[in-house]
Amino acid sequence: MIQRFLWRGLDTKLRLFIGLVLLVGIVPPLLNLLMPPGSPFYVPAWMLQLVGKYLCYASLALAVDLVWGYCGILSLGHAAFFALGGYCMGMYLMRQIGSRGVYGNPVLPDFMVFLNYKELPWFWHGFDHFWFAAPMIVIVPSVLALALGWFAFRSRVTGVYLSIITQAMTFALLLAFFRNDMGLGGNNGMTDFKDILGFPVQADGTRATLYFASALALALFLMIAGAVVGSRFGKALTAVRDAESRMRFLGYRVEGYKLFVFVLSAAMAGIAGALYVPQVGIINPSEFSPGNSIEAVLWVAVGGRGTLIGPVIGAFIVNWTKTYLTGALPEVWLFALGGLFVAVTLFLPRGIVGLWGQYKARQERTKRTATA
Amino acid sequence: MLNPRPLAALVSVLVSLVLGTAAIAADLGSLVANLTTGGFGDRETAITALAASGEARAAPILEALSAGRLYVRSADKLVVIGKTAGNQLALTDAITGQPAGTAAEDALERVRVNNRLRGLIDDAVGSLTLMSPDPKVRRSAGDSLFKQRNPAALAAVEHALAAEKDAGIKRVFAEARASMMLASDEAPKAQKLEAIQVVRDRGDRDSLGILETVASASQDADIKAAATTAAASLRQTLSVWEAAQNVWYGISLGSVLLLAAIGLAITFGTMGVINMAHGEMVMLGAYTTFVVQQTIRAYAPDLFEVSIVIALPLAFLVSGAIGVLIERTVIRFLYGRPLDTLLATWGLSLGLQQAVRTIFGPTNREVAAPSWMSGSFLVGQIDVTYGRLWIVVFALLVFATLILLLRKTPLGLYMRAVTQNRPMASAMGIRTPRVDALTFGLGSGIAGLAGVALSQIDNVSPNLGQGYIIDSFMVVVFGGVGNLFGTLVGATTLGIVNKFLEPYAGAVLGKILVLVFIILFIQRRPRGLFALKGRSVE
Amino acid sequence: MTSPVKSTSALLYLSGVTVSFDGFKALNNLSLLVEPGEMRAIIGPNGAGKTTMMDVITGKTRPDEGEVVFDGQADLTKLDEADIATLGIGRKFQKPTVFENHTVRDNLLLALAGQRSWYRLLLAAPTKAENDRLDEILTVIRMGPQQHMLAARLSHGQKQWLEIGMLLAQDPKLLLVDEPVAGMTDVETETTAAVLREINKSHSVVVVEHDMSFVRALGVKVTVLHEGSMLAEGSLDQVSADPRVVEVYLGR
Repeated sequence: MIQRFLWRGLDTKLRLFIGLVLLVGIVPPLLNLLMPPGSPFYVPAWMLQLVGKYLCYASLALAVDLVWGYCGILSLGHAAFFALGGYCMGMYLMRQIGSRGVYGNPVLPDFMVFLNYKELPWFWHGFDHFWFAAPMIVIVPSVLALALGWFAFRSRVTGVYLSIITQAMTFALLLAFFRNDMGLGGNNGMTDFKDILGFPVQADGTRATLYFASALALALFLMIAGAVVGSRFGKALTAVRDAESRMRFLGYRVEGYKLFVFVLSAAMAGIAGALYVPQVGIINPSEFSPGNSIEAVLWVAVGGRGTLIGPVIGAFIVNWTKTYLTGALPEVWLFALGGLFVAVTLFLPRGIVGLWGQYKARQERTKRTATA
Repeated sequence: MLNPRPLAALVSVLVSLVLGTAAIAADLGSLVANLTTGGFGDRETAITALAASGEARAAPILEALSAGRLYVRSADKLVVIGKTAGNQLALTDAITGQPAGTAAEDALERVRVNNRLRGLIDDAVGSLTLMSPDPKVRRSAGDSLFKQRNPAALAAVEHALAAEKDAGIKRVFAEARASMMLASDEAPKAQKLEAIQVVRDRGDRDSLGILETVASASQDADIKAAATTAAASLRQTLSVWEAAQNVWYGISLGSVLLLAAIGLAITFGTMGVINMAHGEMVMLGAYTTFVVQQTIRAYAPDLFEVSIVIALPLAFLVSGAIGVLIERTVIRFLYGRPLDTLLATWGLSLGLQQAVRTIFGPTNREVAAPSWMSGSFLVGQIDVTYGRLWIVVFALLVFATLILLLRKTPLGLYMRAVTQNRPMASAMGIRTPRVDALTFGLGSGIAGLAGVALSQIDNVSPNLGQGYIIDSFMVVVFGGVGNLFGTLVGATTLGIVNKFLEPYAGAVLGKILVLVFIILFIQRRPRGLFALKGRSVE
Repeated sequence: MTSPVKSTSALLYLSGVTVSFDGFKALNNLSLLVEPGEMRAIIGPNGAGKTTMMDVITGKTRPDEGEVVFDGQADLTKLDEADIATLGIGRKFQKPTVFENHTVRDNLLLALAGQRSWYRLLLAAPTKAENDRLDEILTVIRMGPQQHMLAARLSHGQKQWLEIGMLLAQDPKLLLVDEPVAGMTDVETETTAAVLREINKSHSVVVVEHDMSFVRALGVKVTVLHEGSMLAEGSLDQVSADPRVVEVYLGR
């Protein structure tokens, strides 16, 4: 049943793309592990880490696209869901350090010892077990999305107002997580991770596995998103995006549709964040900053909103550019980023994928007129 | 607390005080001479005696002693005050205050003091200045004695109180006397009870501290009871003042929010354009102020006091012009696409921040306050700084001007016409694109004005605007979009709520609570406090 | 609204409905009865409250006072748009609103009476019965060949037809139609009148219209609204003879 549901949504193009994602997920880690460092086919560890990061970003972009591109909800707070997932993973990794921290406390993470905590805060309990942390990665962002969405959609907060509310939400979380008495590491966040599921985080094998898991998650998200937007639900969803009140007058309870994709999308973002944290080795409150969420929106806009492939392409292109420019011309990066926002909205509203579609359509038209 | 020796000295001084100042003046030489002889114990007596003399020279001598700059010249045993001048010390005769040449350090013998003596000197200097000819000095001396509560200076205060002509300062002295009385073991009970009333009537935080100490430490049941009652009633009065102070802080924060939001109320509220670069318009206004001030410092230092006034029109023009530029080159292509406008203007805000960072550097720039904006005064127990007061006045002025502009000028009429019915306005010959550009320029220009004000209370850095953008949106949305009075009420309410939450929840948590409150509020009333109702809204 | 819902034989029952926006009374003590199977035309000058009345019936606007009862039992003042639509009240807007990014067939599928809940639609595929019904409607509106075309690429007239198809698919008991002939040629107006009469054979219809010749072509009972309340009711000839109506339309 579920299998059929997942498979049905996929057209050939999407199947090929998912195949490509899986290929990107399998080949580089194998080359990293099997090839000797001198070989021209050797993929260095930093490259795995970099692309692994991009894969997580691509999942986040897909999550943003699901609500924005398909349902018209411009969320300016999706990085918050990403960060919450990341924090859940961070808490698990912190507990795995055990007595190997600087202060050698077997229960309390270093920052708590430093801040004179006497015992573990209640919400930290359970995070020493992966079986507890793993569902939390999905549950915490989902519950936040459910609460916010339930209130917002029920009272018909839409458009720009909704965007501002989501931004206020991530801003409030940013302020909250900066506080030391939040019990989550305050300003510095959490870092110096040692093990994940008993394997050292820094080891090549673990890195390769995490990289592969990121690609696998992206592929899975593409399948789920494809199935959702390809179903009758998806048709109703895009109809809500285009003419919400018309759908109400047709008898659709619009809130349910919005809430489902919003929560689904938050869960995806949470998982992406959880995979991101062990690969970059740190999670801190700056992940909540409103700029991060808007940047994720830009990836979607560049790639092409309302398409499934677009956000993935957008996330890779923008982030690759960012990595390159912040390294080579750090002054230029923010100008480039700012310019990209303006350029995409003015000249490329359908994104790169949309541009490709336009090109194909024009070609088809000229072919048709030629044959006619 | 008092050992007999200084007490004896005090009594002797008291006697001499009564005998008259002239007698003491002749004695100054011997008083100073006493300072330089004997051990620390003798020195203590001498300090107290000198302090109680009320001599004008006593203060500088004691201060020099405390700072370790009082010397005895080995050659002639003259007591001098030394001041470093190159390798030598420039000397002043301690008693006459006349210059006494220079000398090398080793030709002098320092009069040594320890920390205990320094404390004594500090108290003593406080009482000395009671007789100063400058009323400001006398008043602050009285205040500092009130806080020090050292009964040793009681006599000096009594003396000063008797000599004082100014009613206000007299009261301060009486209060100081009362506080000392309460700290003394000797004072009679009736006087102490009276003193409790005097301290209670002063009615500030220090008074409460004194009363609380008396209430907990006093042995006498009556005094204890009186102090407890007085403290309780004072605590109540103070909590009212504290609330009033919070309201003032709230209004002050509200005026800042109003300034930041008012331009947004025009661009977002009446045009429906969501400008995420609004904060950067504020930031540009602040940097304009910085540039104006630097220029004035360099070329026309006489104008420094009015540099902020000069910056106002320039900031309006700079931010306004950039606003018009943005509207003409970007925003006009995005009308009817609010979410895209949001993204594009966010991009613009990043660009503007980076541009300013490139030109002025990433660090904070300092904009100095003119003298008429620094300092503070008390209204009852409310502390009001001039800077904040001017910002409140300025915010209200900008608000009133804007209302007049919208209601009474042709531009205001055109703006309202275009927002209400664009095709109709266009059909009647109004150049709607020009009105759009001017409206956007006006909103941006006002943001620039806000920047001038904010440069006085916030760090002028490229990130200045980022701190205000979310707050501004909250104010506009909370007050009701398209309603300027709603913005005023919204800003004030949020300011006051914020300041009332702060003491209980802390600044950060208070801000979070306000955000959560607004998020919930928008759920209940998506169109704000003063919503426009009706068909046209949709 | 403390009184229990009144039982009435009327399909739509409005009594004493008042709606005010910031002191301005858009509807003022309006009462209206529509019988099952009836077609009713509502006319009135601009600002008479026609659209607000539609908003109240479809749940978009809540009345300050008054009763709105559908089918003798449902209190419409307590339900939202989706509930009311599910009860069987359809609404056609003045401007044709079709889902532009969907194909013609998907537009009809979305309108088709039946499944509305999001979790069912996640897994549901169109059934045989549904597909048959879609084919049938496509035939009626003569758009079978365009069924896989995006609605955005239809001509204005085709969109009107598609919207009528969607109303057929929705199969409401009561159809509210807002100024259906605004901007139409005389011929198109005639055709639309015929279509509405056809629809009226199986559905009750309330038409809001400015165009007198169109109302005449419909040949049904007319209600005249003015300043939020009912001014006159009867056949078009009767109300045209009413001096108050004449004054409202021509007097100023």
